[in-house]
Amino acid sequence: MKGYRILHKEAISDVTKLIVVEAPHVARNAKAGQFVIIRIDEKGERIPLTIADYDKDEGSITMIFQEVGKTTTQLGSLKVGDIILNITGPLGHPSEIQNYGSVICVGGGVGIAPIYPIARALKEAGNHVISIIGARTRSLIFWEEKLKAVSDELVVCTDDGSYGRKCLVTEPLKEILSDTKRTISRVWAIGPAIMMKFVASTTEPFKIPTIVSLNTIMIDGTGMCGGCRVSLKEGAKFVCVDGPEFDAHTIDWELLLRRLSYYRDEETYSLQRYKHKCNLDNL
Amino acid sequence: MSNLTKKQRMEIKRQVMPVQDPKTRIKNFEEVALGYNEETAILEAQRCLQCKKPLCVEACPVGVRIPQFIKALREKDFTLAVQEMKIKNNLPAICGRVCPQETQCEGSCIMGKHSSPVAIGRLERYIGDYELAHRTCPLQKTTSTGKKVAVVGSGPSGLTCAVDLGRFGHSVTIFESLHVAGGVLVYGIPEFRLPKRVVHSEVAYAMDCLGIEIKTDHVIGRTLTLKDLTDEFDAVFIGSGAGLPQFLRISGINLNGVMSANEFLTRVNLMMGYLFPEYDTPVKVGKRVAVIGAGNVAMDAARCSLRLQSILYDSPCEVYIIYRRSRQEVPARQEEVHHAEEEGIVFHYLTNPVEILGGNNGEVKAIRCIRMELGEPDNTGRKKPIPIPNTEFEIEVDTVIVALGTSPNPLIFIGADELQRTRHGTVVADPLTGKTSLQKVWAGGDVVTGAATVISAMGAGKRSAEDIHRYLIG
Repeated sequence: MKGYRILHKEAISDVTKLIVVEAPHVARNAKAGQFVIIRIDEKGERIPLTIADYDKDEGSITMIFQEVGKTTTQLGSLKVGDIILNITGPLGHPSEIQNYGSVICVGGGVGIAPIYPIARALKEAGNHVISIIGARTRSLIFWEEKLKAVSDELVVCTDDGSYGRKCLVTEPLKEILSDTKRTISRVWAIGPAIMMKFVASTTEPFKIPTIVSLNTIMIDGTGMCGGCRVSLKEGAKFVCVDGPEFDAHTIDWELLLRRLSYYRDEETYSLQRYKHKCNLDNL
Repeated sequence: MSNLTKKQRMEIKRQVMPVQDPKTRIKNFEEVALGYNEETAILEAQRCLQCKKPLCVEACPVGVRIPQFIKALREKDFTLAVQEMKIKNNLPAICGRVCPQETQCEGSCIMGKHSSPVAIGRLERYIGDYELAHRTCPLQKTTSTGKKVAVVGSGPSGLTCAVDLGRFGHSVTIFESLHVAGGVLVYGIPEFRLPKRVVHSEVAYAMDCLGIEIKTDHVIGRTLTLKDLTDEFDAVFIGSGAGLPQFLRISGINLNGVMSANEFLTRVNLMMGYLFPEYDTPVKVGKRVAVIGAGNVAMDAARCSLRLQSILYDSPCEVYIIYRRSRQEVPARQEEVHHAEEEGIVFHYLTNPVEILGGNNGEVKAIRCIRMELGEPDNTGRKKPIPIPNTEFEIEVDTVIVALGTSPNPLIFIGADELQRTRHGTVVADPLTGKTSLQKVWAGGDVVTGAATVISAMGAGKRSAEDIHRYLIG
């Protein structure tokens, strides 16, 4: 049977799902910070998903995604034993892990998933790891225990205050950076583009190198289409082959946000059509 | 009819290729050129003078036995025609459709000096299509040699190399980064010029008859490295093409609505974006599209735009080709330019873009260009285009597609620093054999030459297959 089998599935929240998929060709060389391109079926689109974890012995990779569009919603409907037709990877550069001293890892929403292997790798490299995770509301927070286990300090926050501190992730971030008794060498942030933009503007006055992982529109994921290009101070780069991690302070965020929304009408239409079809199928 | 005199042959007119009417075809993605039928094919084949020293063969990058296959064709021995063809060319249905015949075989045909050349490309396509329909000539596999060869890329060079190696009896595995085999034949060239069924059929045949294994979803340099391949296989052929798009360094290039021809064509062809929402991948074009460049890829992008517009909009739309040289220098196949003109594409020659202008929403609203004139020939032998001062003007557009060429994708070279490359990023390989600076590694096609033609890539794949074979059994 052609394709890659789903070995395990968990609902992390109503809209956040975790799947473990048999993909030994990807697991073999996967490292923290890399991603895959998946295509569910013959009529499917190719979308990038971060590798949240991998198991070389089992030959599997873990992906966590939020059901926001047609493809992620369809992916969320698959069950254990179902097949994903194509998985390509690992793609992109791995995170540059070394002992920097004290580091902060910020994970927002579904970005909590990819920040975990980075925090773990940084901890293993001997860093003092401070993790800050946040989401809109309590039900979207996950992996708190896993992050606690690899972090020296952990701050949890929600926008609505239903769990942890009632604030955005940038608030505790700014407090820690302002604490003159601390020296923070590096910050990682993964989450919605708008969150990463504000993390960048928070850390910039402190001149602390800040790494973000971008999730742009992509097709092939190998540098062929250029749809993922971002504008940095040094010029245009492709997220798929030059990234996905970049120095947050060099990114033209307005342009990035605009490019992300280019197909919004088509995405909305496609999702509505899919949900409508599912409703009919369930009648 | 077989005993015509030379004079009689020369009096036969070049047979017209039946095509879809331009007004109809710009509303669909079906093939434009419909192909000869048996009668017209045989009549056209009668025009061949069977030269003793056939210049057409010399002008063919793979040396197809043109007089022999045409003779068999006009004697209605189609099986023999296929065999004659396949001695040198495994993929005639593809080459017959996409080769630039006017600068190769047909450009050298002696009949061209008299009236018009024998339509060798169309006859090749006829034989290729006959073979696809009848499968008269199964590729012969000799006894297994027990040797394993890895081929990187399943485009024209990789596929040709793999097929020939398979025929020699080697065990071949193709590694393809995309989800489907065919390379540029499936992601680049549109359905209306090269139907996917033709490519899929050739690929399936290679797999079924020769047992060639194709591993899709494998990006060499990431999923596996070149070293992994040289460790596991007895030889490696790199045919990974030139997939990296070049963007202009002008302001506005990252605005919404500006994309590479690669992205646009990939959305349309590989991902079947013209069938959105039935297929998931969307593709957008505005009512006024500017395509920068005038190669085959530019023509494909322009003509796909036109077809998408007819699906998306009721009101009149326009597609422009913007090219800095004149019509004489256009690098695209003649037939493509002719078809594009018939379909109503507007050509702005001697025009070069200087800036892309955006509106308040961050989307393209116009392209500012400057008029050019041709000066002395440059180092490529073509007249150098020079801007004429104070001639800037704007063209109102909402989509800009950049089709200015591509370079090899560097991903494959990760961890392969010893593989010698030029400063353009192409692999250094022996032009006769494709042998690279790395032991056990050969390369051919666009990854060596930079973006070129399907047939030259096939020729390179063929030459490497022979050399790899010599090396393996030597």
